[in-house]
Amino acid sequence: MIRILYFGFLREALGRDEESLDWAGGTSEDLLSLLRARGDDWAAALAPDKVFRVVVDREIKRGVAEIADGAEVGILPPVTGG
Amino acid sequence: MWLDITVRKAAFVSAYEEERLLAEAGDAGALVGFQGRVRGQDGELPLAALHLEHYPGVTEDEIARIAHEAAQRWPLTACRVIHRVGRLAVGEGIVLVLVASGHRAAAFAAAEFLMDYLKTRAPFWKREEFIDGSSHWVEAKASDDAAAGRWEAQA
Repeated sequence: MIRILYFGFLREALGRDEESLDWAGGTSEDLLSLLRARGDDWAAALAPDKVFRVVVDREIKRGVAEIADGAEVGILPPVTGG
Repeated sequence: MWLDITVRKAAFVSAYEEERLLAEAGDAGALVGFQGRVRGQDGELPLAALHLEHYPGVTEDEIARIAHEAAQRWPLTACRVIHRVGRLAVGEGIVLVLVASGHRAAAFAAAEFLMDYLKTRAPFWKREEFIDGSSHWVEAKASDDAAAGRWEAQA
């Protein structure tokens, strides 16, 4: 089981700020593919240019990252602070 | 380098933060400060407020990483960053960056570097609330990426 956190417009577009998901192991790309396969809304909201970074266990990953069972995974849309 | 990073709802007072920083900054000949504030207009409709959210813990860690990167490039003696979250009305402060160094060139450059990277790397998201009650999420700007990209070319 992993815990997924959604931020910014993703939280609204997907109608949730977090969820738990059964997880047999894999990478951040595996997870995004799995989520995009849930339907057109998900595929559009999580299109590659809508996902800035994936955070695994509170560490921002650059590029594809391994996700272990039990991890907390944050999915970040492009950032707009400052 | 003395470093203090805060993400919070409460407003900041620059003069107070400057005194605090100078007490820790050692022999600093230069102090540069930047404040980002909520503009009343962004596009066609007048704005009522911005809503800012972040990823608690992760955001602070990323700002610290950016500040340490700045400290590797310039001889900084102190750095203070306050970034606000929650609902911020037009005219309110959003972000405060203070940088102290021996000389002004380093302090100016580091403050600009910090802002460019804060805007393009730190996990914050902004939603604009307009005076008619409508709202939308701000999109990332290519011009901000280009501004941050300048520093990578110099790395």
